[in-house]
Formats: sequence, C-alpha cells, structure tokens
Amino acid sequence: MSANTMSRNKENLVNMCDERARMLQDQFNVSMNHVHALAILVSTFHHGKRPSAIDQKTFAEYTARTAFERPLTSGVAYALRVVHSERELFEKQHGWTIKKMETEDQSPVRNEYMTERLDPSPIQDEYAPVIFSQETVAHIVSIDMMSGKEDRENILRARATGKGVLTSPFKLLKSNHLGVVLTFAVYNRDLPSDATPDERIKATVGYLGASFDVPSLVEKLLHQLASKQTIVVNVYDTTNSSYPMRMYGPNATDTGLLHVSHLDFGDPLRKHEMHCRFKQKLPPPWSAVTTSTGVLVIVLLLGHIFYAAINRIEKVEDDYHEMRELKGRAEAADIAKSQFLATVSHEIRTPMNGVLGMLQMLMDTDLDATQQDYAMTAQDSGKALIALINEVLDQAKIESGRLELEAVPFDVRAVLDSVLSLFSDKSLEKGIELAVYVSDGVPEVIVGDPGRFRQIITNLVGNSIKFTEKGHIFVSLHLAEEVKSTCNDGSQALRRNTAPVENGAGGTHNTLSGFHVVDRWRIWENFKMVNSSSDAVDAVNLLVTVEDTGVGIPSEAQSRVFMPFMQADSSTSRTYGGTGIGLSISKCLVHLMGGEIGFVSESGVGSAFTFTAVFREGYRNSADLKRHPSNNPEFRGMSALVVDGRSVRAEVTKYHLQRLGIKADIMISPASLFSFISNAWRPSSPEHIDMVLVDEETWNSSSDPESSQLLRELRRHEKTHPAEKRRLKIFILATSRRHAEIDELQLAGHVDGVMLKPLRLSMMSACLHKALGVGSKREQSSGQRPPALRSILNGRHILVVDDNAVNRKVAAGALKKFGAKVTCADSGKAAVEMLRPPHNFDACFMDVQMPEMDGFEATTLVRSIESRVNEEIRFGETKKEMYGNVAHWHVPILAMTADVIQATHVECARCGMDDYVSKPFEEEQLYSAVARFFEYDKMMAERDL
Amino acid sequence: MAAATLKDQLSGLVNSMFAEGLLDDQFTQLQMLQDANNPGFIAEVITLFCEDAERLLKELTTLLDQVAVDYHKVDAYVHQLKGSSSSVGAQHIKHGCIRFRQFCEENSKEGCVHALNLVKHEYYRLKTKFETMVQLEQRIQAYEGQQQQ
Repeated sequence: MSANTMSRNKENLVNMCDERARMLQDQFNVSMNHVHALAILVSTFHHGKRPSAIDQKTFAEYTARTAFERPLTSGVAYALRVVHSERELFEKQHGWTIKKMETEDQSPVRNEYMTERLDPSPIQDEYAPVIFSQETVAHIVSIDMMSGKEDRENILRARATGKGVLTSPFKLLKSNHLGVVLTFAVYNRDLPSDATPDERIKATVGYLGASFDVPSLVEKLLHQLASKQTIVVNVYDTTNSSYPMRMYGPNATDTGLLHVSHLDFGDPLRKHEMHCRFKQKLPPPWSAVTTSTGVLVIVLLLGHIFYAAINRIEKVEDDYHEMRELKGRAEAADIAKSQFLATVSHEIRTPMNGVLGMLQMLMDTDLDATQQDYAMTAQDSGKALIALINEVLDQAKIESGRLELEAVPFDVRAVLDSVLSLFSDKSLEKGIELAVYVSDGVPEVIVGDPGRFRQIITNLVGNSIKFTEKGHIFVSLHLAEEVKSTCNDGSQALRRNTAPVENGAGGTHNTLSGFHVVDRWRIWENFKMVNSSSDAVDAVNLLVTVEDTGVGIPSEAQSRVFMPFMQADSSTSRTYGGTGIGLSISKCLVHLMGGEIGFVSESGVGSAFTFTAVFREGYRNSADLKRHPSNNPEFRGMSALVVDGRSVRAEVTKYHLQRLGIKADIMISPASLFSFISNAWRPSSPEHIDMVLVDEETWNSSSDPESSQLLRELRRHEKTHPAEKRRLKIFILATSRRHAEIDELQLAGHVDGVMLKPLRLSMMSACLHKALGVGSKREQSSGQRPPALRSILNGRHILVVDDNAVNRKVAAGALKKFGAKVTCADSGKAAVEMLRPPHNFDACFMDVQMPEMDGFEATTLVRSIESRVNEEIRFGETKKEMYGNVAHWHVPILAMTADVIQATHVECARCGMDDYVSKPFEEEQLYSAVARFFEYDKMMAERDL
Repeated sequence: MAAATLKDQLSGLVNSMFAEGLLDDQFTQLQMLQDANNPGFIAEVITLFCEDAERLLKELTTLLDQVAVDYHKVDAYVHQLKGSSSSVGAQHIKHGCIRFRQFCEENSKEGCVHALNLVKHEYYRLKTKFETMVQLEQRIQAYEGQQQQ
C-alpha cells in the first residue's frame, strides 16, 4: 500500500512539476516573443523612419500599455548602439552624458537609485546607453548597458546570434530582486536567418532589454495554481552545472521525493530547471494511516471489550461459585439448626417426662391443699412445656426433612370423633356448638397418617375453641370432587349449608348455631385440588373445613398467620396463650400430605380454615385397622327422627345416626313436634319410629304447658301398656350441661336421655344403650372392672417370673382375676427354659431384680433363642410346624420393677423387653401395658392368617 | 349367719389395721383380687408372706451375728423382704426395709442390727393380726363351703 501510495505521490508530483514548468516556460516564451516584437517595433519605427516615430514618451506609453503581454517582465528598455566616435554627437543630441553602471558586480543595495549621481561612462569602443525605457525602469535611461558585466556579455551575445539571450540571475537594479535580463538586438535591416555573426554585429543599431523579476513572477504564476501549498518549487539556473544558481524558492532542504523539469527559455546557452518537491518530507499515506490506525483502535477496543467481558464473566462466575458455597453453607446451617433443635427438644423431653412422672407421684402422696396446688401448677407448667417442645420438635423435624408420614389405614370419622372428645369439655363449658360432619362420599377407611391428620385438625379446632366465645365450631369433611361439582352446579346441600340464607323465623343465618359465618367458598375457589382433577385412581382428596364464629383474624395479621411464632398481635398470646407455632406446623403437614391450607377470616364474624390432603382409599378388611365399633348391630334397622330448627345441625345429627346404622329423617319445623310424636307413637302409625332426637334449642322454643301435658300422657300410657316393649324414646341434644330444665325433664321421665354435644359415635352409642337397654348384659357381668381388660386377658397364658413368692402370688392373682391362665417361675433360668419355643405363653411378666439371673439377662437370652429359631424358620432349616405353626416368635416380655427411674426403662428396652409395669400391680397400668401387646398380637395373628 | 359375723369381725380387723397404718392400699388391691373363683387368696398370700418373712428374718439374724458381715447378702435379703412386704401392703415393714438398706449401703453394722430389730418388731406386731385374719378367713370359707354344699 505504501509503495502504491508512493508511486501515486510521485506521479502526482511529476504532473504538478511538469505543469508548472510548462506554464512558466509558456509564459516566459510569450513574454520573450513580445519583447522580440518590441525590438522589431523599435527597429521599424525608430530606425526605419526619418525622423523617428518613437521618442521616450511614446515608448514608455506603449510599453506600459502592452505590459500585460509580458507578464513575466518587470520592465523593458531600449539602448542605442553608440560608437565612441559618435558619442559626443549623441550626447549633444540628447543633452546628457552616457553614464556607467556604478559597480561591476551588479549588486548595489540602495534605496534610491539616482541616475544623476552616476559617473559618466569611461571611454569605450562603443556604448549602449538606454534611450527609451518603460516607466517601471525609467531610472536606467542614459546608463550604458555595456558597462555592466552581465549586460555587456548579453548584448554581445544577442547581437551575434540575433536571438534573445538571457543573463545569469543577478540582483536587479533598484528592486534588488533576483532577476534575469533578456536582451534582443535591434538591426537596421531585416537580416536573413542564416546571416553570420559579423553581418549581424554590423547591422546592429541597438538593444532591447527586458528584465524578468523571477521570484515575483514565479510567485505570481504559482498563485494561479491550486495546491501550491503542497509542493515546493525551486527554479535554478544550471548553466554552470556544478554551481546551479537558485533563482526562486526557498533553500533546498532534502525532503525526499524530488522532480526536476527542464525549462527552455529560448536561450540555448542558458539552462534552467525547475525542482519540485513536497512540502512535507514524506507525504504520509493518510488513508492508509487512518485506516490502519482505525483498524488498530478498533482491534484494541474489541480486545479490551473481550478482555473486560471475560474478566467480568470470570468475576461473575467466581461470585456465583462463592454464592453457591455460601448458600450451601447457609442451608447446611439451617439443617444443622433444625437437627440441633430436634435433638435438643428430644433430650429435653426425656428428663421432662421424668419430672412430670415424679410430680404425678408426688401428687399421689399425702399433700395438703397448698402443696397439692403447687404440685399441680408445676405439673401444668411441665405439660405446657412438653407440648411446646413437641411442637418445636415437629417444626424442627419438618424443617430438617426428617418427618415422614405413615401410611396406615384408619377410620377418618373416628379420628374426628376423638378430636371432638378432646375439646368436648371446653365446648360444653363455653356453651358453644361443636360438631363434625363427614360427607357420605368419604370412604370409611383411608390410608394415610392418622396421627398427623389428627394433629392438624386438633390444632385448627384448638385455635377455634380458643377464639370463640359464642356460636359454633363446625368441622366438615368432604371430597374435593364433591366440592368441585358443587362449585359447578351450585345447588346442593353443601352450598345450602354455607350460603348465609336468611331464615324466615328469627332473622338468623342457616348455619350450625345461627350465627353469621364467613363465606368459605372464597378459600375453596383458590385450591388447586378443587379446580383441577387428580389423576391417581385410588386417591382420596379430602377437603376439611373448620369454621368458627370467633373473633376472627384482623386483616393486617392475616398474611403472617402461617409463619412460625407469629400471632395476630402480641396481645393474643396474653389473652389466649399459645406459641403460634401450631399453624405453621399444620401448614407443613398439609404440604407433606400433598394438600393446601387456606383460610377466610373476618374480624368479628369468624374464621374458616380449610385444608386439602391426599390419601389413598383403604379397604374395610384391613387387618391392622383399629376400627371403632361403628357397626353396632343392635341399632341396625332402627329409625329415628331428628327435630331441629337448623338444617345444618340436623344434618350433623343424621350423619351420626347413620353411622350407627339408624335410619334418620329430618324435621326442620318444630311446630308440629309434639303432635307428630304422639302420632308416631301410636302403634297404628304407618311409620314406625324408634326414637326422636330433639335439639335443646328447638325443644325449648316449642315446649309449652300443652306439650308437657302431652308427654305426660304418653308416659302414662306406656306404663299402663307395658306389653309394648319398644316404646318411643326421646333424646335431647344439649350444648351445655348447665341447664337445670333438662335435668328436670330427664328426672320427670319425659325424656329418655340427654346427649351432650359434641356428638360422637361412642357417646351416642352409650347413651342409646343406656336408654334402650341394648347390650347391657355384657356390661353387668364384668362388674366394675373395665370390660376391656377382661376381654384382653381372658384365656391368655401368662408366665410370671419372680423369685419372691409373695410377689409371684400377688401378680399371679391379679392376672388370674382377669381370666388369664398363669404359670409361675421362680428364677430367670427357669423362665428361659419355659420360654424356649415352642411354648404357648402369650406374655411374660418378669421381675427385674432376681438372684443368679436377673430379668434383663433372662430376657436377653430368651430373645437370642427366639431370633435363632426365627432365622431357622425363615431359611427353611426348621419346619414351622415344629414350632407350633408360628412363623415369628416374639413373646411380649414386660418387666416388673419397683423403680420407675429412666435408667431402668432404657435398660428394659435395651435387652429386648417390650414394656414395664411398676410393682405392685395397678389395674390401669396393667391394662395399658398389656393391651398394647395383645392388640398388636391379635393384629399380627390376623395378618399371618 | 355366723359367716356374716365373721365377716364383720374380719372387716373390723382390717379397718383397724388400716387405721393403725399397718396396711396400705396395696392390701385393698389384694382384697379386690379375692373373689368366688379364688376364695382363699388372701389367706394364701398372707401365709406365704409370713413363711417368707420369717425365713428371711432368720437368715438376716444369722448374717448380722457374724463378725464379718456380708452386706451384699444382707442387702439381697432385705430387698426380698421389702418386695414381699410391699406386695401385701405391710407398709411399716416396707419402710423399715428401706431404712435397713440404707444402713447396708453405709456398711453400718450397728444401724443394720437396729433396723433388723425394728423390722422384727413390726413383723411380729403384724403377724398376730395376720394370724387372726387368716383364721377368720378360713372360718368364713369353711362356712361358705358348708352353705354351698
């Protein structure tokens, strides 16, 4: 590229230089021709005419007017050839003497050129005084041109050649510029072109000279051209080639590229050259330079950008890794925290149990009232602490991911009943309605974690109880699908239950207690389960709602309800107690069960918490289901009438009756209650009704003297007709046990029973039993003993091991009492022998402290023998039949110990004992210890079948 | 109706023993264990207890008579006695045994002898009452047996 640029530059320079040289040469030639023409003019009109047509004035005027023709000349003058012989005459004619140039070297420096001061010319052979001159050079008139060295040579050469000749550059007179003088000879006749120099000299009459002011001329010329700035022009006289004379231009400085053009000024003796060069040393290849610089800059910038980007990416990556690490550490710390909490909670729980146990024992001793009070307070506090620790433990377990849900079949209705039992005291005390309703669509048995399910509901109901002073708490359980379909057609019982329809009678709402409730549809609508269908075939999507008419949650606190340890406000814990961790745990549990939890609450109206959970459908014949005795056959086929002013409440009662196998009808309006009763009672009545269940509220609102009278009559009739065995039973459903009227009614025999709400299956069943006398025989035969203990121990073969004969006797006696078959052993060794499979003991009570072989040692031995046998059976080495068809040997061994300290318990568990009972036997303790194993045993047996 | 009189006597005796603090609740438990299926239960237990206690007391007396007392053995016997006595609800003896064991732990011969004497005293006090009780029980049983036949 550079070479290319160079050649282009050079070409450029050559072109410019040649152009300038040609122009200069052309203009010079033009000037020269004109000077030549002047010479011919002078020859024609001065010498060819007598008298002369030209005088100084004419000449000056003419030359001035024709100066434009000679742009390169500064002035012209005509000098006459005067020989010495004619000098005097000539001087006389003109009136001035011929003067000589002042100096020989032609370099005078003066400001004013004064002709008058010049000396007369010395005597010469001939002279060439100037007679005519242009105004510009008027000062040279009368000066002898032959007296200047340059001019003399010029004159001589001009007249010999007949052509214009040039002097070498010299300083011009007056203007002091460097210049050249062009001289033409003027001949007296027209000479032929081949005339000899002698002929020419002879014919010479004068000389016409023109001075060229070279610098100014060249300057003028160059001004007319463009790009004069870019190149430097020098004009040289190279006649003497070794010492070229500079005529124009600055001192030559070597700036590289140089072009020389020859100038021909028409004088063969003189050689002139024009030197051109660029002003700058190397005309830089700007485009290349800019391009390359630009490229370089761009590359640099790009490089920088890449570098910066890579740097940035690296930094971000580093930061990311750092963040990852920190995140990991934070998570690890969080898990560690949860694990720590779980561990510590567990560790606190163990000694707390000891504390509580000891407190219980302390309370059993002889204490005075104050001491009893102190001990009770301590125990309450301890229980509260345990409850809190359990909650924290749950929370921590959930957070550390250690909480796993069980999957066992359970009866969801029984679970709800048990929750209700838990709160029945409180609800009765406050006089609020507490009820549960399970939709028919919900399977009887579902598979899931009953404990955790119960925990959630307990928590929600517990909260509701806490914050509700009047009205109701209603737990309802539906299938999500039911709710969904209700959502869609919107006209079913569910909808009716919840819609706040104004009841015509009292302006109350059609809810459980008549209080206004929040619209729970608002939560349901947000639930995924309600809005989308679940895919699993046997999945049971339960939707549980706990609705209350409590104080409600203030809207500003609603957002943090599920946050641990957050309560609506700090005054809540003062007023109502609690830690505020329960809902958070519930939420976690619900999530573990694949559901959602949500709530709607209005301050002053109440709250409704709803959660969904996914269970699997269980089967009725699941062996290990502890089923409630719901299928009491004695009530099957009975029919009942539920009389209640509130349809929701009536539905709840109906639901419980249906669980007992009783067919129930609902009568909403109580107006015709008594007449209906009396009709139904008559044997002729087409509809047979066994019992009437009337809500307390409805009863009160409809009872009057007339109805009491009616009842009395009814009763009297019954007495007089005892043959009719199955008489109509009347039950009152009461919310509170404080009402004296109800007691009176019962005492008066008007009603057969009072059922205290909350309604539960067991309670209703018991109440019906009592009133109907069904199945009471069994209870009587078992006397005061808990029937369960008898049934559990009856026929069981139990080994009692104790070295102490008295203790042995007592233990054996106690067990025999419950129908067990008791065998005794007086040492650990004997026990081990007796417990070697196969044997037919169902359980073993083992004293811990015995001489020779204590209870722990004996148990360890028994267990090792059992496991060996089990192994053999499993690997088929021994036939099951040899061991009494039992595939897995594990006889429950219960320690008998007088120590209730923790260490003993731990030791019991360590050596393979299943549980312990404290000596001496106490019935309740014995029951709880034994029941567990025999139920388990029974379950195992059923499973094996 | 002699059986009824005997029963009254028996209950009077038992009540007085409760009143004196000779017996505690455990004895009530024993009473509850006695029913038609197991009529001689209390008598059996009491007889057993008395035999056992006398044997143990004899052993203990011999042990403590020796110059070098084997406190370990003593402790084992006292523990047995304590077990038996708590089973029948003889709480004075039980408490005596508890103190006895403390002395055993301290290897205090003097304390042990003192405690043994105390337990012996309590035992003989109880024994007379128990003997009466057993006699009453047996007579009641005898009557009831006759009636059934």
